[in-house]
Amino acid sequence: MDLATLLQVLDSTVRLATPLLLACLAGLFSERSGIFDIGLEGKMLAAAFFSGAIAAVTGSVWLGLLAGIAASMVLSGIHGLASITFRGNQLISGVAINFLAAGLTVVIAQAWFQQGGRTPSLIGGARFAPITQPFAETLKNVPVLGPVYYQLFSGHSILVYLAFLMVPATWWVLLRSRFGLRLRAVGEAPEAVDTAGVSVIGTRYAAVAICGVLCGVAGSYLATGLQAGFVKDMSAGRGYIALAALIFSKWRPWHALGATMLFGFLQALALRPDIIETALRVPIPVQLLDALPYILTVVILAGFVGRATPPRAGGSPYVKER
Amino acid sequence: MPRLPNWADVVLIPALSLLIAFVLSGLVILAIGENPIAALNMMVKGAMGSTYGWGYTLYYATNFMFTGLAFAVAFHARMFNIGAEGQAMMGGLGVALVCLAVDWPHWALALPVAVAGGVAFGALWALIPAWLQARRGSHIVITTIMFNFIAASILNYVLVNLMRPEGSMDPATARFPPGTGLPTLHDILAVAGIPFSQETPANISFLLAVIACVLVWLLIWRTRLGYGIRAYGHSEAAAVYAGISPVRIVVIAMLISGGLAGMMAINNVMGEAERLVLNAVEGAGFIGIAVALMGRNHPFGIFLASLLFGFLYQGGAELALWMSIPRELIVVIQALVILFTGALDNMVRMPLEKLFAVLQKERA
Repeated sequence: MDLATLLQVLDSTVRLATPLLLACLAGLFSERSGIFDIGLEGKMLAAAFFSGAIAAVTGSVWLGLLAGIAASMVLSGIHGLASITFRGNQLISGVAINFLAAGLTVVIAQAWFQQGGRTPSLIGGARFAPITQPFAETLKNVPVLGPVYYQLFSGHSILVYLAFLMVPATWWVLLRSRFGLRLRAVGEAPEAVDTAGVSVIGTRYAAVAICGVLCGVAGSYLATGLQAGFVKDMSAGRGYIALAALIFSKWRPWHALGATMLFGFLQALALRPDIIETALRVPIPVQLLDALPYILTVVILAGFVGRATPPRAGGSPYVKER
Repeated sequence: MPRLPNWADVVLIPALSLLIAFVLSGLVILAIGENPIAALNMMVKGAMGSTYGWGYTLYYATNFMFTGLAFAVAFHARMFNIGAEGQAMMGGLGVALVCLAVDWPHWALALPVAVAGGVAFGALWALIPAWLQARRGSHIVITTIMFNFIAASILNYVLVNLMRPEGSMDPATARFPPGTGLPTLHDILAVAGIPFSQETPANISFLLAVIACVLVWLLIWRTRLGYGIRAYGHSEAAAVYAGISPVRIVVIAMLISGGLAGMMAINNVMGEAERLVLNAVEGAGFIGIAVALMGRNHPFGIFLASLLFGFLYQGGAELALWMSIPRELIVVIQALVILFTGALDNMVRMPLEKLFAVLQKERA
């Protein structure tokens, strides 16, 4: 494989890993606070639709992004209501949210745009344009480093850079700030946090809200960055891959970056089966590449490669002592 | 908190939850500029107004009965088997392998072997997550989700690369031999002299599903194993103290669950399509969750909830055909039913408990 092909694959790795990374960090906030969230998929899908729809109608991608975040947060609110206030089953709530998004996006899209469950194609200011980093054009001809800088680091939309910045931000908030300490404590031993006079319910709602914002950005990126407009079921299982990455990273921010990059790389390879065939000299079925993130997650879950221990209070509602 | 009377728990709460879900669905129809009453009328007429409608309603209901039972059996052992979708896919593969293996002379010979094939493949697909849960402590929800995707990839590979007949572009197996054609409800009812539409896919699998409901009821409430499953579901510690092996219960409950999901393939693969296509399950595995939650994990409840969802599916198809309401509306209704009967159960329950407490106090 020559440098040009490698760079092409890595470039699409970055693009494809971005929504996974954002959704994975979203899940990280929620699950570290003790709220399991298998509804990442639905929140991304809802955000993708509303960002695409509003961007198409107003012509402004920023309004689209806001709409996407709002839609995702509404679903987060439902999840919070069900799993925090009404102490319902968090898994069932997540399943319901995924279906709600899958159904409502198509029903509304059809009623709104009459294009078979999609939004009109986004053009111009209704999409996030690639940003050319300083000196990328001038340095393009420097051997090796020039093309790497030009193709890999430059030329992505702002949401891609935001996603990567979110990794250190998440690390700092979760592991270095007072809020993060409380959030993690709520996920491990809510009764201790309650005794210390911190609201378990408030902290969990905050975590679920952050999860909603990040999923909203992830979904908006799908419709306004990665592609130009919403199509039916466009999240295509990315929420579940993000969930897999979350377990793969054992609920840690920097590892989440590694896991999502790996899964993004697999997705990028699945788009170019010819590259693997020439590199390995044996045909690898595309279906195997598609399934690999899931298989790897099962292997990790099985504990063959280190144990993945979820937050202790995850999945169980908190009932205050009387 | 005072306990609710039994009838309120079993009838009133699901009915209220369902009412909320339907009212919200009606609002969605209103919001997209259609008339909810007219839509409901069309659904009732389309799904139950003719034996043609009934045929489809019962066909869908059969799928949901199997997946609903699959979810319920695992749920009694406090496991959330979200993998019925993948298990039903693999069941389809098992049924297809059996049907294509030999030139079956008669359906009565093919059916038991096909049932065994579907059950074996579905159960096997549930066995790995079950073993991982029991032995390695991996969360069954996540593993079964992952296994749904892995099953889809395997099926895709098998249909495209291995089982596709030569010269065909369609990712599907060859047509099953004529000897595997199951009797339809039309054929069965004709024996008794009852006229029934000929053009519907409803077949003998419906009776199998009803039998499965009865057998699951017997299993859960009338056998030692069922007692073990329920005991483990209520309290693992108590079950262990009573000498019940958690590993055994988890594995057996999941095998039964996966087997039931795999049996669905008798209906949709052998009974309807008569070949294995790529997206044969069409989400029925997930609808099983809604069906089981609505039916309170009781076989009779699941039977009724399956009929309801069969009605919604067939009625929804009619809506998509005659009004400008897309089929995905059914997915919305399904989501609302799962949300209100499952996750937001307490939203309905808490006020009711207060109400009943007040009523009891007044009586006292």
